[in-house]
Parts: sequence; structure tokens; C-alpha cells
Amino acid sequence: MKRRQKTENRRQKTVLMTGNDAIAEAAVAAGCDFYAGYPITPQNELIAHMSKRMVEENRVFIQSESELAAINMVFGASVAGARAMTSSSSPGISLKQEGISYLVGCELPAVIVNIMRGGPGLGNIAPAQSDYFQATRGGGHGDYRTIALAPSSVEEAAKLTRLAFDLADEYRGPVLIIGDGILGQMMEPVQSSVLSPQPSIKRIKKPWALTGAKNRKPNIIRSLYLKPGSLEEFNNKLQKKYEEIKKKHTMLEKVLCDDAELVIVAYGTSSRIGKAAVQSLRGVKKKAGLIRPITLWPFPEEAIKHAAKKAKAFLVVEMSSGQMVEDVQLAVGGKCPVHFYGRPGGGVPTPEEIEKQALKLL
Amino acid sequence: MKKIFEKPKSLRGVSTHYCPGCGHGVVHRLVCEVIDELAIREKTIGIAPVGCAVLAYDYWDFDVTEAAHGRPPAVATGIKRMLPDKIVFTYQGDGDLAAIGTSEIIHTANRGENITVIFVNNGIYGMTGGQMAPTTLLKQKTKTTPFGRDKVRDGQPLKISEMISTLDAVAYIERVAVHKPGNIRAAKRAIKKAFSNQIDKKGFSMVEIVAMCPVGWGTSCEGAIRRIDEEVLKQYPLGVLKG
Repeated sequence: MKRRQKTENRRQKTVLMTGNDAIAEAAVAAGCDFYAGYPITPQNELIAHMSKRMVEENRVFIQSESELAAINMVFGASVAGARAMTSSSSPGISLKQEGISYLVGCELPAVIVNIMRGGPGLGNIAPAQSDYFQATRGGGHGDYRTIALAPSSVEEAAKLTRLAFDLADEYRGPVLIIGDGILGQMMEPVQSSVLSPQPSIKRIKKPWALTGAKNRKPNIIRSLYLKPGSLEEFNNKLQKKYEEIKKKHTMLEKVLCDDAELVIVAYGTSSRIGKAAVQSLRGVKKKAGLIRPITLWPFPEEAIKHAAKKAKAFLVVEMSSGQMVEDVQLAVGGKCPVHFYGRPGGGVPTPEEIEKQALKLL
Repeated sequence: MKKIFEKPKSLRGVSTHYCPGCGHGVVHRLVCEVIDELAIREKTIGIAPVGCAVLAYDYWDFDVTEAAHGRPPAVATGIKRMLPDKIVFTYQGDGDLAAIGTSEIIHTANRGENITVIFVNNGIYGMTGGQMAPTTLLKQKTKTTPFGRDKVRDGQPLKISEMISTLDAVAYIERVAVHKPGNIRAAKRAIKKAFSNQIDKKGFSMVEIVAMCPVGWGTSCEGAIRRIDEEVLKQYPLGVLKG
């Protein structure tokens, strides 16, 4: 394993690895039965890792002929009751949107990893956060949302991957893991316990899966609802599910927010840069704090609403031209100004750039 | 009194939505007869396509999943790799298999996936009202070829079974028809072989079934049967292409 340099520290038992490798290994630990994918930079370590580990574990690995095929193979594996995953980067995720919509329509669990790169089009292979709208608004056709988990460190990527499989099974739908090229390629230590197989992987029964109609009535999996009113009813059922997810699974991290006059909102890689800016602003006695959404959907709107009661301004930082900023504006609801600083097309903001913007506002 | 003819157990006792003279009803029944005869109903998983046969799950009395347009072979791959001892088959029309899903069928065949493919070729998009299919004949008038299919403007009829039969990993491909009793019996033998191959783990097997679509073709039911003999089978000759 070239990328996964095992520099095991005897006391802490950590492993140094890339985010892509960590997500892959965490998926293996979470009992992923089936992986299909297509190569695309910057997530290639992930598919390479799976090509080795899944075969070693006697599970299914397929390098598919396209992203469309990959997501539909995952669909099939999920139909059969498997824990299934695919991964890609932005242009490939666009291709998977048809399948994601069908997974929602057929209520099939799956984990989909997007290690984002710059767009639109072929864009570039630099890290970006420009697929936020796609990840949080549904992405494909139809009236739906998908849980979107956004780690900001390699270890958190591993932890959220395990969670993604559980949430997908629990709510019978696709769950996205949203990273970027930096998170995918960067090496960081990961507690080896995070990557060890769970003693008893939380497997819920899937009586709906297609396994052959032996001693039961045939199971049918479909997203077609032609009877008048039946599709409306199904959509309302989805919305009910989403309300429950919002209540139970909204996740965020707060940094020095209690007395903050300026609240920076950022996720993933830009939240790490934002944290560095907050630390240096605090060093010059400026009251800055940070809110980091861990779930992009459901969005932590309550926490932002709460912070808006005290804050004088918000500064949203993204590696895009401004997408999450709209959700922050909605949550703040005009209580105070919401500013934006971003770098699109593979640009990465520096702490100094953020600090400079913040000082203008404080 | 001895019963000599009955409805297959795998076929539900419901009335059909298919148009008069349509080939799908015959093919649905043949698939069910074969599943009954091989005693595999309890371990069969079918994949219904997008198109007229999307409602196949209303007729088949075994596990069935829907798939996005053209993607049944990829979905079948996922199911079969997870459940190698189950019998997995796709049921696809010509638009599904030979246009939007060309990539999936070719690569699934090329991987030699141990599945069965039932490919119904009626040379038209029936569900959407009769547009040109990849298998539509030259000069054939459809909703999107009002002047007849032109080889320069519209391309030529795609012989996808011949293409797939060149792949090393493929076990069996045969083209049959369901317009006459003798052909229907031959079609059943081919379908049975394609399923038996899967049971015997021989690999990818596909049966192309030339079928009637009188409504889409703008003919009577009898006219559609005549058209198969007089025109369609000249472009798509019957026989074993591989295996």
C-alpha cells in the first residue's frame, strides 16, 4: 500500500493515510458488501483501495464502464439487500444523478462519495466546493433531499463513512459524503480503532429486499406510481422522513461562538482555514467564532438562527462563488448582514485573506 | 379429467394492459412457463425496463425490480454479484437495450455476467407513441420518421445481437420470433436454454425476440404478422448467433 504508510505510533495507535484511503477502509470496516466505481481524479486512491481490500475480504468490487453503470450496479446490489457504495468526483457525480433519483424513488440505501473538484464542465482537478447546490437540493430530478455529510479531517471522513451506511439503511435512501480534493489527497493520522471492523455491525433487517419469493409474497421495487394521488402520497411520505432526519441528525461544530460578534460559517476544508483565521483574530482581541455544518443537508439552521441573536455579522467562506451562503441567509433571516468570501474554480482561500475580510467587518 | 393446458403459476391472473396483437403478452407467458418448468420461481429476480413492459411486475408472480431506462444490465450485475445462486434476468425493449442502454448491455455481456437477457425487438418505441427505435427498418414511417427512416439522416437498423455475439465472454445468443405458433415454440426453447445456461453457470445468455407492435406500426394484427415475415425477418434473420 503506497499511500497508506503505516506509521503506527505504539501508544496512540494511529495510521497515517489519505482521506480517500480512510473513506475506503472505513467502508470496509462498516461492512460494505459491494463497491462499483469509475476512475476520476481526485478520488482515484479510493477506487484503488477498494479494488484491493474488497477482493481481500471476499466482497464485490467492480470497475464499471461508466458512472451510470456504477450507480446502477449499486442500485442492483442494494435491491439484493447489500451495503453498497460508489465514489467519484464532480463530473462523475453529475452522471450519477439519474441513479440517485431512482435510489430515492425506490427507497434503496446506498453511500455515494463526492470528492469535489473545480467545475463547471471538465473544470480542473483542484479542490473545490462547488457541488453544494447539487448535494443539498436533491441533485437529480424530483422532489427529494439526500443526507449530505461533510467531513473536515481524514479521521472524521472515516467516522462519517461508517455513519453514512447506518443512516442509509435506517432511512432507506442514498447518503452522500461530500469532500474535496484536499481532504481526499491529504494524509493525516487516523485512530486505528476507527478503521477496525465493528464487533457487531448494526445490520437492520431488510424484508423488502429481492432475494427470491420463497415462503413469502413477491417483493416489488419500483418508483413508478401511476394511480392518481399515489405519487403525491409517496412524496409526502418522503417529506415526513426528511422531517425526522432534520430533528435527529443535524450535526455541526461550534468554535468560540458564545461571545462572537462575527460568525464565520464554513464546512470541510474551508472550515479548517476559517478556524485558523478565528484563532489569529482572537489573538488580536477580535471576537470571531465559527460554525461548521457537518451535515450540509439537513442544514444546521437552528444553530445559525441562535447565533444570529447575538452576532453583528456573518461571514460565509466557501471554495465556490457562493452556494451555502444562501442557506445561511435564509437561517439568519435578515437579523444581521451576511457577507461572503469565496474562491471558485479550484482557488483555496488563505487564513490571511479571511482575516482581512473579517477585519473589515469587525 | 386431465388438465392439459393452464396458466403458468408464475403468471398472475390479471387482465393485461397491452394493446391487441402486441408481442409482450406472449413473451411474458413464455418466460413464466420456463420459470415454472425449471422450478426456479422462488429464486428468480426479474428486472423490468422502462417502456411498455415497465408494468411487468403486475403480471409476474415473483420478485421484480424496476430499473432506469437502459440500465437493467447494470442493475442485474449488482444483484447477481451479491446473490450468485439466484436466477437474475432482464426484460428489455429495443430502445432500452439497443439505444439508451447500449453501453450497459455490451459491457455486461463482455464481463460474461451469468445472467439471462430477454430482448424484445419490435422496432418501435411503443410506450411513447411510436417513435423511431434503433432497430426500426429503413423507410419505416414512425412519429419521428414521418418520411420513412433515412439512412443518412437517421442511421441504419442496429444489429445489436450480431455485435454482442462477437464478444468472447458471451455464452449464448439466439434470435427468435413470436408471430406464429411454430416460432413461439422455438422462442420458448431458446428462452429455456438461456435460463438453463444460467443455472449451469455458463454465463451471459441473450434471446432476441422479434415481436409485433400493430398499433405502433399502423397495421392490423394480421398485417403485423405478415410484416414480420415479409420485411422484418429480412433485416433480422432468425437463428443461433452464438453458443
